[in-house]
Amino acid sequence: MADVTIIGAGVAGLFAAHVLALRGLTPRILDRNGPPGPHGCSWWAGGMLAPHCEGVTADPVITRLGADAADAWSAVTPVTRHGTLVLALDRDRAELARFARRATDHQPCDSADLEPDLPPRPGLIFPTEAHLDPRRALTDLTAWLAARGIGIEAATADPRDIVGPVIDARGLSAALPDLRGVRGEMIVLHAPDIALTRPVRLLHPRHPLYIVPRAGGLFMLGATQIESASRAPATARSVLELLSAAYALDPRFAESAIVELGADLRPAFPDNIPRVTVRGRVLHLNGLFRHGYLMTPALARQAADYLITGTKGELIHED
Amino acid sequence: MRDFYGVTLPNALLLGTAQYPSPSVLQDAFRASGAGVATVSLRREAGQGQAFWSLIRDLGVRILPNTAGCHSAREAVTTARMAREVFETDWIKLEVIGHADTLQPDPFGLLEAATILCAEGFHVFPYTTEDQVLAARLLDAGCKVLMPWGAPIGSGLGLNNRHGLRMLRAAFPDVPMVIDAGLGLPSHATEAMEMGFDAVLLNSAVAQAGDPVAMARAFAFAVQAGALARDADPMGVRDMGAPSTPLIGRAWL
Repeated sequence: MADVTIIGAGVAGLFAAHVLALRGLTPRILDRNGPPGPHGCSWWAGGMLAPHCEGVTADPVITRLGADAADAWSAVTPVTRHGTLVLALDRDRAELARFARRATDHQPCDSADLEPDLPPRPGLIFPTEAHLDPRRALTDLTAWLAARGIGIEAATADPRDIVGPVIDARGLSAALPDLRGVRGEMIVLHAPDIALTRPVRLLHPRHPLYIVPRAGGLFMLGATQIESASRAPATARSVLELLSAAYALDPRFAESAIVELGADLRPAFPDNIPRVTVRGRVLHLNGLFRHGYLMTPALARQAADYLITGTKGELIHED
Repeated sequence: MRDFYGVTLPNALLLGTAQYPSPSVLQDAFRASGAGVATVSLRREAGQGQAFWSLIRDLGVRILPNTAGCHSAREAVTTARMAREVFETDWIKLEVIGHADTLQPDPFGLLEAATILCAEGFHVFPYTTEDQVLAARLLDAGCKVLMPWGAPIGSGLGLNNRHGLRMLRAAFPDVPMVIDAGLGLPSHATEAMEMGFDAVLLNSAVAQAGDPVAMARAFAFAVQAGALARDADPMGVRDMGAPSTPLIGRAWL
């Protein structure tokens, strides 16, 4: 007999199961699509654990609660702790100064000392930041849970039909009031001749870009952020913008193979901060916006605290 | 204050809705600014952005859809027609971009699109340069408002060509004019108002500030200060100093 039923096997649902299991509870996981895959937005994420870079535009709570995400993820999946490199093209040098002024926990650097394979540029290094491979993380979480007898049942469920406490982590499908979709588009390139050891962010007034290195010579380019709920394939404009920025960073990207184009929606509340919305015995973990992997550990922890001890963390919203 | 196609605005600010850290910050910035008009982009955001659109609608301000990102008259006309359907307004900020780096208007495409849209009953707000001849052609085409740029979009440079802008203002004293694009600081907005412009249109200067809400408030004060100063008839400049205390009649001790 399960202690808690979790609906939704994306990053939020699976990590909540992980936290609850660590605390001695037995979760049951349901997802209409079964194990994680391209049907969920967790699949399309960048996997950057960059609380300080994100703090330039995000609410300070993201920087504070995202700070130990890398430690939390290390328990289940490989986390690369090489920091984040932030660069700007020569004519956008002012963007770098502004970013430095608004961000915390960074130092000026020369990219040649950190990523010698890139054309050298002055930049900023955020040494405490990290990254992971989101698909690997979802697979590793699934395996971690399976090893403890917790599977993912391919089944639809309505929280009202379930007895006992429920964690609803269905993302946009939960259709909570004020929850909206923010479209993001990404590209995966195969460029085995380019060596990067850490995520690189290229600041640009119009087309900001991040490139996250993955195993096997793959690079994830992301991501657009458009106030639209369209799940249509990536547009030519977005792909042009992302590829142009990558090309400006290193012209060798022009010769890489496009392995994948993706587009999906990030669930977000109006303040772009994730919440645990409490409605009776149902806890909604939602609104992770572009901070799925960064904020899930804190969100899951606060949900578990609330369930087990009644502690109300700052992400808890009682409806 | 001059009216814009029969509409009097609550203050001299028109504010864009892009690039804010979150919709909540956008809403707070709008309230702090007192702006009565929100510009929205149909092209990318509004297609299926119903949730975002309803957040904008909740602001309770007038909507000015734009044709941002259009590089030809045909594209801009199509976008304007779609915007009329989606936002249920005849107002359109007409933007036909001529150069990808400077984002300066394409004067020929702009005039072509303005001619078509005015004939279709649109209330066109053309994003234009300080060029007087182009201004006259846009007015001939049926535009009742002009929106000359201060500087390239998003540059924050302020009023790049003060002489040209002053000439434009003087050439068409009765035409409502909005300084659109390029402002970075409240002092730029104050100066535009002092020069006799009727309003300013901003986006990046507020949205990209570290504290957009505080910057929105600063711009609200700035346009108010500029308009008050203009109406107060400034003293004018002279080359020589002039004592503010009279020399004649001073007590002789």
